[in-house]
Amino acid sequence: MPDVLKKLDMLKKLNWPLFALAFLLVFNAYSRRGFFHVEVQNGKLSGSTIDILQNSAPTMIVALGMTLVIATGGVDLSVGALIAVAGSVVVVLLKGGTPLPLAILAAVVVCLVAGVWNGLLVAYVKVQPIVATLILMVAGRGIAQLLTDGQIVSVSNNAAFSAIDDGALLRIPLPIWIAAATFAILAALTRLTAWGLFIEAVGGNEKALTRLTAWGLFIEAVGGNEKACRYAGLSVNPIRLTVYTVSGLCAAVAGLIVASDIKAADASNAGSYMELDAILAVVIGGTALIGGRFLLCGSILGAVIIQTLTTTILMTNIPPEYNLIVKGGVVLLVCLLQSPSFRSRLLRLKGGR
Amino acid sequence: MFRLKPQHVPLVATTVVFALLYVSAALRYDGFFQWYMFASMLSSNASLAVAALGMTFVILSGGIDLSVGAVVAFSSILLAKMLVVWQLPVAVAIPLALTLGLAFGAVMGVLIHAFRLPPFLVTLAGMFLARGGALALTPQKRLNITDNTTFQWLVDWRTLDYLSLPAVVMLGGTALAIVVAGYTRFGRTVYALGGSESSATLMGLPVARTRISIYALSGLCAALGGVIHAIKAQAGDSTVATGMELDAIAAVVIGGTLLSGGVGYPVGTLLGVMILGVITAVLNLQGTLSSWWTRIAIGGLLLAFIVLQQLLQLTRDKRR
Repeated sequence: MPDVLKKLDMLKKLNWPLFALAFLLVFNAYSRRGFFHVEVQNGKLSGSTIDILQNSAPTMIVALGMTLVIATGGVDLSVGALIAVAGSVVVVLLKGGTPLPLAILAAVVVCLVAGVWNGLLVAYVKVQPIVATLILMVAGRGIAQLLTDGQIVSVSNNAAFSAIDDGALLRIPLPIWIAAATFAILAALTRLTAWGLFIEAVGGNEKALTRLTAWGLFIEAVGGNEKACRYAGLSVNPIRLTVYTVSGLCAAVAGLIVASDIKAADASNAGSYMELDAILAVVIGGTALIGGRFLLCGSILGAVIIQTLTTTILMTNIPPEYNLIVKGGVVLLVCLLQSPSFRSRLLRLKGGR
Repeated sequence: MFRLKPQHVPLVATTVVFALLYVSAALRYDGFFQWYMFASMLSSNASLAVAALGMTFVILSGGIDLSVGAVVAFSSILLAKMLVVWQLPVAVAIPLALTLGLAFGAVMGVLIHAFRLPPFLVTLAGMFLARGGALALTPQKRLNITDNTTFQWLVDWRTLDYLSLPAVVMLGGTALAIVVAGYTRFGRTVYALGGSESSATLMGLPVARTRISIYALSGLCAALGGVIHAIKAQAGDSTVATGMELDAIAAVVIGGTLLSGGVGYPVGTLLGVMILGVITAVLNLQGTLSSWWTRIAIGGLLLAFIVLQQLLQLTRDKRR
């Protein structure tokens, strides 16, 4: 089967998540008047659906990076802590009078270094991904608190910084643009391969293009069968290093949006449980935890579903305490639906009747 | 001549680190060599230690349990609710809380085993459910346990002058865990499962029963941790122990257990918990160092022990 058809086949995995999202949206449309109402306020679109997209932007971005990590068979637990670190770096520097671009650059570089660190531990020291990233998950929040001296440091007077979250381009809030751009860049970097193969399959021979952007294929190959990759002469370690680096960068971008949203650095709470939400988004989006295959658009969908679910729970009269219970139930349901042995049992049950 | 087995090296390193930390803390601050200080350190880390002992078995089998912190919170608030609101006697309430934790873990174990689901995700769902359940149990987040003579007796109980009930449970639990891990059929199977699941299956070991028991045991330990927490705080609290699963995992790793499973000892976990305990105690005594140094120190220790384990692994691979 040509590779492109396989990719299309994989998109079928999104049927269930799409169905879930549709269900949530229909439920909201019935239970609340004006759920789909969108209007222009202060030069940008506003409405429940826009809010959901905007609020899910940080999760989307982190989930995109996480998708690549999970595709190699790993996991990055440190992203939540790195969100706090990025926010703390940028806010503390802004407080100290550093111009915004420099402060942003510093935050990005710090998270880049953190990502490289994770990657080195996993790829070259051969530490299990859960353990390797656990170090920064534990220590990272401590470092963020060290930077902010344990306080919530606020920067309410910096208009340019606030604009990262508040601003709009073509009436669409900036966070949505940033998430879309992250998706576009990562998709281009990883998926042009499939495009290249597609061209090859049709008849042309665009080997240059294939070689130029074989990153995505390699990521899947490493996650699929590392030994086979080695025998095929693929250097596995640099690929592992890149995915953790990208995940760190994604955490930095998400951290900037979160800090801009609250106009402060909250080292203790910013990005807490974000790693779990991101992993959840990836899994809902059809990327298996064992690695080997990935779907970037699925992770975006997963992040939107999580946010829609949270918003739905907040908007209906369910007490907020039940938010976690519903979320836990959804995780279990998604896991079960994706488990081959559960599916076969279900089918057998159907056949038995 | 006495030769150190490679799998004992991390355990020895943990012991050395603990001894060094404790002695240097004792040199710096008075009281560390006093019996009451040691007893109070045992008591204040009892909840974490008991949860970490359960986690040791999970990790030995090659799994992970992210739900322990939430289960600790759930059983502490459940116990408080049973005693205060439902007016159940202590002798009924505590076994009930423990049984519920056991059942909760067993259900997770069944899901993990029967449907081949990743432990990471199932126990993540368990974490959400248990924390949500704890929050849903009482609108107010904290429920003080007052006017209960039996419970008060448990709170005030001391032996050897200063040793509280939580400390005794923790030490007894560790002893029990050592026996179970090292000298029972169940313990052997746990190690075998962590070493290689397919080999364990081929050997005819009861893989299904063991895996489910492991998660049930972890749930039971976490529930016991919650009961201990309620005894210490004389209250149930649904927001307590957030992130305790991380501390438990850190303690297990620092205690020399390999996260890939199959290698490790419960006694190491106890030492790992005590190392975290000494660091916290020192940072509390030292006014100028702030609490976030605890996290950074734990991160650093984790790193050191992981690198040590990797080095050992490398030398072992070379020898082959």
